Amino acid sequence: MANRWQVLDRGPVIPGGSSVAYRTGDWRQLRPVLDLPRCVHCLFCWLYCPDSAILVRDGQVVGVAYDHCKGCGICAAVCPPRANAIRMVPEGAP
Amino acid sequence: MRTVAARRMALVGNEAVALAWRQIRPHVVAAYPITPSTQIMERFSQYVAEGEVDTEFLPVESEHSALSACVGAAAAGARVLTATSSQGLALMHEVLYIASGLRLPIVMNVGTRALSAPINIHGDHSDVMGARDAGWIQLFARSVQEAYDRTILAVRVAERARLPVMVCLDGFTLTHSLEPVEVYPDEAVQAFLGEGPQGGYSLLGEEPITVGPLALPDSYMEFRRALAEAHARALRILEEETEAFGAHFGRRLPALMEPFEMEDAEVAVVILGAYADVVEEAVRRWRERGERLGMVRLVVFRPFPTEELRKALARAPEVVVLERADTLSGLGGPLGVEVRAALYDLADRPRVTDGIFGLGGRELRDRELDAFLRDGPRGGVIYLGVEEPPCP
Ligand code: SF4
Ligand code: SF4
Repeated sequence: MANRWQVLDRGPVIPGGSSVAYRTGDWRQLRPVLDLPRCVHCLFCWLYCPDSAILVRDGQVVGVAYDHCKGCGICAAVCPPRANAIRMVPEGAP
Repeated sequence: MRTVAARRMALVGNEAVALAWRQIRPHVVAAYPITPSTQIMERFSQYVAEGEVDTEFLPVESEHSALSACVGAAAAGARVLTATSSQGLALMHEVLYIASGLRLPIVMNVGTRALSAPINIHGDHSDVMGARDAGWIQLFARSVQEAYDRTILAVRVAERARLPVMVCLDGFTLTHSLEPVEVYPDEAVQAFLGEGPQGGYSLLGEEPITVGPLALPDSYMEFRRALAEAHARALRILEEETEAFGAHFGRRLPALMEPFEMEDAEVAVVILGAYADVVEEAVRRWRERGERLGMVRLVVFRPFPTEELRKALARAPEVVVLERADTLSGLGGPLGVEVRAALYDLADRPRVTDGIFGLGGRELRDRELDAFLRDGPRGGVIYLGVEEPPCP
């Protein structure tokens, strides 16, 4: 059988859509928790989230895709202070 | 053997490259011109403006962007060319690794030039040597004809080896020198090159693909190992494709190196690029006096042709490397360091003297070269032609 590196002659080219299966949520130490009643649906968090982990339906924030949220806290930082709808809590805390 | 009818034209190196580009008919050219390779872009953009070629021509705002655009286009399956020099190549440095790591067959002409500071626009090999470990095949032309030929050849080598290729021509010495060049018919060049890169890359195809995903410690090293293997294989590909080039166009080019009067040479000069002409003249002069000087002109610096060079040099007791770059390590220039390393394992290894010359475009005069060779090679590293008057 060929060594693993011997089948890499085309370089790193893989099937599209593979990021869906790559769970960056494993990295998380802090978890964003949404306080939906405070949310004004400005969608800043959705716009700035580097992992497209803020779930939006019909223009409304509905939750966080924790499989892909890596806990960077950008959403909490960009949420307008008067709404203050995102809290970062340690992973594993209630 | 098939030989195409060529016509003779007087061209400077940059024009010859631009003409090769027009005949290659690349899908995409992205560029940010810089001295001394500017004319390649000037001339090629003229071809585009006059409708002689339907290349997507992207004038961008920096060399970093130029190569980035080339990476994107090559990843989409296009045949892609660019050119640069000196600081421009340095600014591309980050993207050089991306092109080779993604195994994209980009061809780039480098009009070689000194690096700042101090600012100097003239020729030496500091820029390309700074890129020597970036995973690109590096070929050095000796003449304008070779710059033209190797640019065409490089397209096939790149596409078969799945590696990017630099075709280097000495800044000003070749980029701006007028020479008669045998130019092949457009159709012959097209017939030699065929359709374009095959297999693997098409962001625009039916199946969605990801080019260049994350590869963490579980797989990064395997990709680098595969890249090393691609380089090891590239020497054979280069030989085969050079052979095919000769059969198609009727011009035999040396594939890896060009030995001259090496059968019985006692002193062998190793050199890259256009100054081979000066050394060849010296060899003739010395041979007339019965002195056994020989020369090995290297065509390819990456991958380094270790085995072939060992064979070429094994019988010469003295090897003199002449090169236009320095590593500032105290060990000499990059070529000298690698020639020494290549010979080290031989039981009967020649002594190697490394002569660094021609930095920033300083000419090497015949009498300086003769004096250097006549003083007798003595090992170590010598800077040739440096102004060293005693301090008052
Ligand atoms: S913590 Fe970071 S990754 Fe997670 S949802 Fe917020 S912005 Fe996105
Ligand atoms: S940034 Fe805050 S207020 Fe705006 S949509 Fe996101 S959670 Fe709601």
